[in-house]
Amino acid sequence: MTLCINGADYPMPNDPRTTLLDHMREKLNLTGTKKGCDHGQCGACTVLVDGKRVLSCLQLAQTVRGDVTTIEGLSKNDTLHPMQAAFLEHDAYQCGFCTPGQIMSAVACVSEGHAGSDAEIADWMSGNLCRCAAYPQIRAAIASVAQAEAEG
Amino acid sequence: MTVAKPLPHDAAHLHVTGQARYVDDIPTPAHCLHLVFGLSDIAHGIITEIDLDPVRQAPGVLAVLTADDLPFDNDVSPSAHDEPLLSKGEIFYLGQPIFLVIAESYLAARKAARLGEITYDERPAILTIDDAMAANSRFEDGPRIYAKGDVERAISEAPHQVRGSIEVGGQEHFYLEGQAAVALPQEGGDMIVHSSTQHPTEIQHKVAEAIGQPMHSVRVEVRRMGGGFGGKESQGNALAVACAVAARATGRPCKMRYDRDDDMMVTGKRHDLRINYHVGFDDEGRIAGVDFTHLMRCGWAQDLSLPVADRAMLHADNAYHLPTARVTSHRLKTHTQSATAFRGFGGPQGMVGIERVLDHIAHFLGRDGLEVRRRNFYASGGSISRTIKPHTTHYGMEVTDFILHEMVEALEVSSDYHARRAAVAEWNARNPLLKKGIALTPVKFGISFTLTHLNQAGALVHVYQDGSIHLNHGGTEMGQGLFQKVAQVAADRFGVPLAAVKITATDTGKVPNTSATAASSGSDLNGMAVKIACDEIRDRMARCLAELHQADPAKVVFRDGHVEVGADRLSFAEAAALTYQNRVSLSATGFYKTPKLQWDRIKGYGRPFFYFAYGAAVTEVVIDTLTGENRILRADILHDCGASLNPALDIGQIEGGYVQGAGWLTTEELVWDDKGRLRTHAPSTYKIPACSDRPDIFNVALWDGQNREETIYRSKAVGEPPFMLGISAFLALSDAVAACGADYPALDAPATAERILAAVNRVHA
Repeated sequence: MTLCINGADYPMPNDPRTTLLDHMREKLNLTGTKKGCDHGQCGACTVLVDGKRVLSCLQLAQTVRGDVTTIEGLSKNDTLHPMQAAFLEHDAYQCGFCTPGQIMSAVACVSEGHAGSDAEIADWMSGNLCRCAAYPQIRAAIASVAQAEAEG
Repeated sequence: MTVAKPLPHDAAHLHVTGQARYVDDIPTPAHCLHLVFGLSDIAHGIITEIDLDPVRQAPGVLAVLTADDLPFDNDVSPSAHDEPLLSKGEIFYLGQPIFLVIAESYLAARKAARLGEITYDERPAILTIDDAMAANSRFEDGPRIYAKGDVERAISEAPHQVRGSIEVGGQEHFYLEGQAAVALPQEGGDMIVHSSTQHPTEIQHKVAEAIGQPMHSVRVEVRRMGGGFGGKESQGNALAVACAVAARATGRPCKMRYDRDDDMMVTGKRHDLRINYHVGFDDEGRIAGVDFTHLMRCGWAQDLSLPVADRAMLHADNAYHLPTARVTSHRLKTHTQSATAFRGFGGPQGMVGIERVLDHIAHFLGRDGLEVRRRNFYASGGSISRTIKPHTTHYGMEVTDFILHEMVEALEVSSDYHARRAAVAEWNARNPLLKKGIALTPVKFGISFTLTHLNQAGALVHVYQDGSIHLNHGGTEMGQGLFQKVAQVAADRFGVPLAAVKITATDTGKVPNTSATAASSGSDLNGMAVKIACDEIRDRMARCLAELHQADPAKVVFRDGHVEVGADRLSFAEAAALTYQNRVSLSATGFYKTPKLQWDRIKGYGRPFFYFAYGAAVTEVVIDTLTGENRILRADILHDCGASLNPALDIGQIEGGYVQGAGWLTTEELVWDDKGRLRTHAPSTYKIPACSDRPDIFNVALWDGQNREETIYRSKAVGEPPFMLGISAFLALSDAVAACGADYPALDAPATAERILAAVNRVHA
């Protein structure tokens, strides 16, 4: 069995108790996904599995069924994903540690259809903590992508 | 010009693509070992028996160290040498490191660390302020007292007196990136350390002591932190020292990263305190004298508690002229985590005290809080003349740059304060269950380290012969945007685009003897040091080029990526190459020390601060009187960054500071049980502001001004001051509770839903 991450196949960990997060960070050199609390409470480790938000610190690697996308796999051929570009444009971080998780969560927030208003974005992004509280910029970045998508 | 532009954070592209490396992301060499501390299970006592065989025998464990295994200094204190890395036999708090597990993997170390069998002779623990006062358990011989005038007489002779007390909780830093360090052993006993620290020099110092080497054998590098907030000023020492000691013992690279729960159990937090106050004032709310007692819970080790408590005393006036005042500060020693630096460094605690007093006075007199505040403001800096003398603080410093009269007036208009206040009153009259509140509070925050010798900084700048620039200074990047601001300064001095400047990791081998990146002083100090270094190189280049072109060096101009010498125009790269070919050094150090400081912390007299940074905020809230639930509806902020080096970064600091400050006083509650165990040690139980906690209406503006003092491009420090704007959220909640009855709410902080409900019930009764 292999693990498909960002379009590439990787080996599964031998120990069934290994989380997806630890496996990626410690064995696969995919350190873009961060460990903030390791309890599924801060959102820093958010990745997408088949487009859905998953907290990789709570997901055992061997139980992953589907394609994993991490922050490293979001841009294609050096072209930033619109959400990455929006975070850049809005300078939507300070220390940057929560940023990979915020961006992955934000991509899903828009695709889920939960970015219809500022209040909706705030509610559906509340699982991703930012201690620097760059929330105004994060909300603005997500709103800009949602709006661009809505306008087609 | 690259300064004053709203440029994004440095490394922006790396952040959004996940390539920005934090300590735990740095690829480690093969055979790296992982460390975890075994922690104490009691708050106070003596270890009578310790069996670590089960730990040693656990799978993957290479070695286990205790205090007896440390060949050199067993200390990680930044101040008083009272903080052993590993317990020497006595336990001082629940969560204290006792032994160090060195294992092949993080998980193996973590599992093994739970297997230590330790027997204690448990002793009574001093946990609370009252316990500590009863036992006279404190740092320093007695309380520190700063006083001005005959305060007792002034209070007793004033027309009105009010007495009260407020409990103010601590705060967990909750930097998203937990504490982390890696030590890489080198030849001849040298050590390279990567640490998530605000204070690389302190790490170097403590590591050198712990491995029995001079400081020159240890090099500490810090590229960035995933948040610091003061929590990485001294609290990273233990991890870096543990890594170095283990690396020395095993000859292998060692890495340590606290698990989040361990991080919260082991490390210090913001000081909680009780403030008692007694104030005398006239019919209009003008203060005649105020007497404060600060009872600060400092925890088990001294750490930075003395300067933190000093700064709390120094901000007991906030923006208000106190004709007479006394601040008595007890620094209490308790069997809890050692309280430490946290954004504001005691300033917020001092400021909450006086803001509470003004709120209480306004309630007593039935007057608007803003009116009472304004009446007590220091004299405007603009009004000072030969006949109008500046006011002096309770520590003898003249306040000559006071701009809050003008700022508050502007904020009153932009926030529509008076109309909204009337609307809140009207709304409250109609709504029995939901009550609104509004408050405007100012901030005056002193800028400089109060330990005067720390106000120095160094920089190292190289220009290479292709015109690219290598920039290094003693400041560290933790998200505040320091690196970008300082790079803007360097680019501006050479008249080159920002891309020509390479921002490099803070490195004790490049710039020595640095101060912590703290006290909001990062850009003030390092910006100046970099400017001095750049100007030195620029002047050398100008002299060299002027001589070659027989022009006046003073008329050589650096701009738009070019150097203009007389009628000639060279690219900056050509100019650099030419300077090099003429055997002129293109490398320089810069050194800066803040002028005008003179401070005696024992007498409490002098000029501890170079200048003050100002700000003001209006917050409107709503509470549910049946549950205590509450929301911030709107916040309006006007903040003074002098002539901002980078308005985008500054506004980010202001918004973030406000939200973090409001979090401290509203939802962030630390709870210890009666055994001294911290019960709130993860985000499941400790509530920091989330995306939805940001006010829905959030207007932030910069005051258009310049620093009167000669700071870097006349800018002002911005890291800490906006934190205290969050006090307006707390007092708006108090205002909402006050709408429920006649009594003064006397709200304690944090004003959790539970506390608000209790206060509502109190004023109802």
